[in-house]
Amino acid sequence: MQVPAPFEYERATSVDGAIGLLERLGDTAKLVAGGHSLLPMMKLRLANFEYLIDINDLHGELGYITFTADEVRIGAMTRHREIAESAELATVFPIFADAEQVIADPVVRNRGTIGGSLCQADPAEDLSAVCTTLGASCVIRGSGGERVVPMAEFHRGPYETAVGPTEMLTEVRFPIRPHAGSAYEKVERRAGDWAVAAAGAAVWLDSEPRGSRGGTDSEYDGQDVVLADARVGLAAVGPNTVEIPSISAALRGQTPSEELYARAGELAAQSCNPVTDPRGSADYKRHLADELTRRALRRAVQRATDQVRS
Amino acid sequence: MTTVAEPQTARETAFVDNDRHPVGHGRMLRKEDPRFVRGRGHYLDDVQLPGMLHLAILRSPLAHAKITAIDITAAQAHPRVKLVVTGAMLAEKNLAWMPTLSNDVQAVLATDKVRFQGQEVAFVVAEDRYAARDALELIDVTYEELRPVIDARHALDPDAPVIRDDLKDKKDNHIFDWETGDKDATEKVFAAADVVVTQDMVYPRVHPAPMETCGAVADYDPIDGKLTLWSTTQAPHAHRTLYAIVAGLPEHKIRVISPDIGGGFGNKVPIYPGYVCAIVGSLLTGKPVKWMEDRSENLTSTSFARDYVMHGEIAATKDGKILAIRTHVLADHGAFNGQAAPVKYPAGFFGVFCGSYDLEAAYAHQTAVYTNKAPGGVAYACSFRITEAVYLVERMVDCLAFELGMDPVELRRKNLLRPEQFPYTTKTGWVFDSGNYQATLDEALRIAGYDELRREQAAKRERGELMGIGVSTFTEAVGAGPRKDMDILGLGMNDGCELRIHPTGKATVRLSVQTQGQGHETTFAQIVGEELGIPPADIEVVHGDTDQTPFGLGTYGSRSTPVSGAAAALVARKIRDKARIIASGMLEVSVADLEWDKGSFQVAGDPGKAVTIQQIAMRAHGAGDLPQGLEGGLDAEVCYNPSNLTYPNGAYICVVDVDPGTGKVTVRRFIAVDDCGTRINPMIIEGQVHGGLADGIGMALMEMISFDEDGNCLSGSLMDYLLPTALEVPAFETGFTVTPSPHHPIGAKGVGESATVGSPPAVVNAVIDALRPFGVRHVDMPLTPSRVWEAMQGTVQPPI
Repeated sequence: MQVPAPFEYERATSVDGAIGLLERLGDTAKLVAGGHSLLPMMKLRLANFEYLIDINDLHGELGYITFTADEVRIGAMTRHREIAESAELATVFPIFADAEQVIADPVVRNRGTIGGSLCQADPAEDLSAVCTTLGASCVIRGSGGERVVPMAEFHRGPYETAVGPTEMLTEVRFPIRPHAGSAYEKVERRAGDWAVAAAGAAVWLDSEPRGSRGGTDSEYDGQDVVLADARVGLAAVGPNTVEIPSISAALRGQTPSEELYARAGELAAQSCNPVTDPRGSADYKRHLADELTRRALRRAVQRATDQVRS
Repeated sequence: MTTVAEPQTARETAFVDNDRHPVGHGRMLRKEDPRFVRGRGHYLDDVQLPGMLHLAILRSPLAHAKITAIDITAAQAHPRVKLVVTGAMLAEKNLAWMPTLSNDVQAVLATDKVRFQGQEVAFVVAEDRYAARDALELIDVTYEELRPVIDARHALDPDAPVIRDDLKDKKDNHIFDWETGDKDATEKVFAAADVVVTQDMVYPRVHPAPMETCGAVADYDPIDGKLTLWSTTQAPHAHRTLYAIVAGLPEHKIRVISPDIGGGFGNKVPIYPGYVCAIVGSLLTGKPVKWMEDRSENLTSTSFARDYVMHGEIAATKDGKILAIRTHVLADHGAFNGQAAPVKYPAGFFGVFCGSYDLEAAYAHQTAVYTNKAPGGVAYACSFRITEAVYLVERMVDCLAFELGMDPVELRRKNLLRPEQFPYTTKTGWVFDSGNYQATLDEALRIAGYDELRREQAAKRERGELMGIGVSTFTEAVGAGPRKDMDILGLGMNDGCELRIHPTGKATVRLSVQTQGQGHETTFAQIVGEELGIPPADIEVVHGDTDQTPFGLGTYGSRSTPVSGAAAALVARKIRDKARIIASGMLEVSVADLEWDKGSFQVAGDPGKAVTIQQIAMRAHGAGDLPQGLEGGLDAEVCYNPSNLTYPNGAYICVVDVDPGTGKVTVRRFIAVDDCGTRINPMIIEGQVHGGLADGIGMALMEMISFDEDGNCLSGSLMDYLLPTALEVPAFETGFTVTPSPHHPIGAKGVGESATVGSPPAVVNAVIDALRPFGVRHVDMPLTPSRVWEAMQGTVQPPI
């Protein structure tokens, strides 16, 4: 048994209470949600805190998935399992179900939260990649009130976030646009391992299909599919999960095709910055950025097309 | 005699005959499982004694460094700390160094310098585990960094730093050179051969990683001078003798207890510094002291396995008759030669690298070196280095098939030993006792549907899909071993067994070997039950306590059934011989007129006149005279000295799919046909095979203890050292043939390590077969997605 250094334990019963504790205890304190990243680091004595503030009692306040016409809101204490099992979420953003299937194991998914995943800021973390792909916004609360930070600014480097020492992440918001499809592709050395590399893709089809030009393989109702927008997010190929704007620019207004996916894959490979480690070589990860981007886009487009057809 | 199995799979039979209660051999549920499945096992960390203190070990953060100062004053001042001990303090008691199982020495606590990251430097004994761990951070060690030797291939460079300057006159990092076979004869065969194929390969360093880590509770009683040591050991008797020799404690005042063990795989064969520290802690405090290592300590400091850099050569005729195999091996033993192997076998049983094939010549040369890595060298179910030998030969045969353009099954069939050649002496002097290798292979091919698989593969290749079929036809050598050849630190490798039949006909059997999950409490009850006709439920198996069991060398190298199993059968037969005399008195006939009918003696020609073993037992202990000259009671003891090793064999077929875009390998099917001679409990055999196959798939695909160039271990947690899960292994398809060992009393050969030994080459051969369209002939393990993809690009490098 590995044992952590001594620490004091506080249990927050409200978000305001948690923020109050953070203000009182300063940076000697750390919030613990699911604990599956923090506690192993403490047991290895890589992380030492004088205080742990347990926010698991906030699950009632911050454990939710709500839907409006133009937004999905997920509370920071929502567990992986709740995300994985939400049929409505799987309909709107199938990328969540894809990712949750390959995150750790059931024990971790029962306990781990979306807020904890994002605040850990591990560059190989799957839900962070999903949030990056979907262009999420993060709601951060402090005693002065709330601020909303786009995902692109939320991670500030490996294991660093925009959340201040007396703030906490309370909610993650996802914009809904019509005719959407999304997917997540990951390569891992073993089930439950961190990604060697992973790619998420989200696409939105043009609401009014253009006239048939024939010859493409992605058609519905006899009309060409055109990408109104597309986003690709990559994991484990840089200091944080990262979205590739050049892919969005290259795909917008285009008709999906294998050539287009190949172009996107090429851009993904060019844009990422992987390093060699025991999970794989930099060359391989760069290749995966390409390969998995193509696979994720292909599947996202297929899903979007299927949805429009039905 | 070989019996080929009826078509069956483990799944079909598992629920069919589990309800049987065989009197003797047969499928039955394990007697020990009710306590394990109810969470009532009693493991080392469950040992709680009044006043027990806790020990934690400070370990070196550096791979190679001089210790210039250690300041323990702050740790000593910790309010809950009872004792802080450094190497210098142990040296005063002449306990700073201890012998290893290979006649080297290993530091208990470092005195002069540290030689691997994770090496023991000091220990703290405190009131609780937390305080002990906290106090480690109060010890201030000043190191002067030295250049480490991490890559074994550079250990003998002229400018390499000398790791073992503690050894008198040691000027390099050389441990030993060893050779076997006939060098000149082999050279002649190679020179004249049509085809010679050479291949370099690395068998990476891996770790057994048992679920339960290592630990000890030492309880020295200063009044009667007795030391009781609970420890996670696979060899309690051997350990006791070594403690007596090393620490100068009288052997009769040492009791070693090995409680329930949560997996050993060879990891729990050596004596670790932590055990000695616990003993010293108890001697100095007069209190019981517990040391339980954590996961990182287990992975970074305890006995690893493999770490062989091999150069293989195979010679053959152009039509595929294998003539000779030659190899040079560079063995990385880490900072101390802690390899556990019989003394005369410094390279373990690597000499069986001739495999299952009829060769004209063979030769192996091995050089072993020190590096600044954790010591060890034999662990992880390897049968004393046979894992490496089998991997070498099974890969070389596939490389030859590749070059000849032959089907690997056809090539093997052409060269497998034939049944009439047994007993067969290999070109390196091993006498294979029995086997019917063709029948074993045929059974595997039948279960696999080999020809159909090849057709499927051809169709898939047309479509650009990567499917591979890998074969391994291996021979194991287990049951060490004959006293004339085999000892460990001067202790002969024989094992005792005591059997007592109680008045009511129930029995207690006492073993020198210790189970770590193999199911001894069931298997040995079945062995005795088969011989005496007493139901296994009526037989208690006692093991793992030196005060309660006869001497023997313990459980490793698949030796329990071949050695202790033989002892159990023979001691039961000794009882039966005495029972026959008692029965003759009871039935008033001569012993020659009695027939044994599993559980009773009956008068020949008059089955109505009979006495059961239970009636005989009561008579043996009861009133009235026994036949003249016979002592009362029905107890016996034997010590079994095997006349030869036993040689189980197997034919394994692995089917994989490789994702051409990502290099990800999926093991779709694994067919394992084992011949371990007489099968005592088929369910337990299947369980052992399943476990070993998971081990083998893990090693082939993901496991490796790796280091950076400074000697930092990069695999110090189970997040970094990957073990396979249920999702990485298929539903195994097992089968069997039965070729009993002619020299073993019940014909059993042992099976504990067969699957671990035989499966890695099958998996690797399958992946390389899948990569055939890329012209790939070899890729070193672990076959991670990255390495497989690099193989497709032609850029893959050895893993070290």
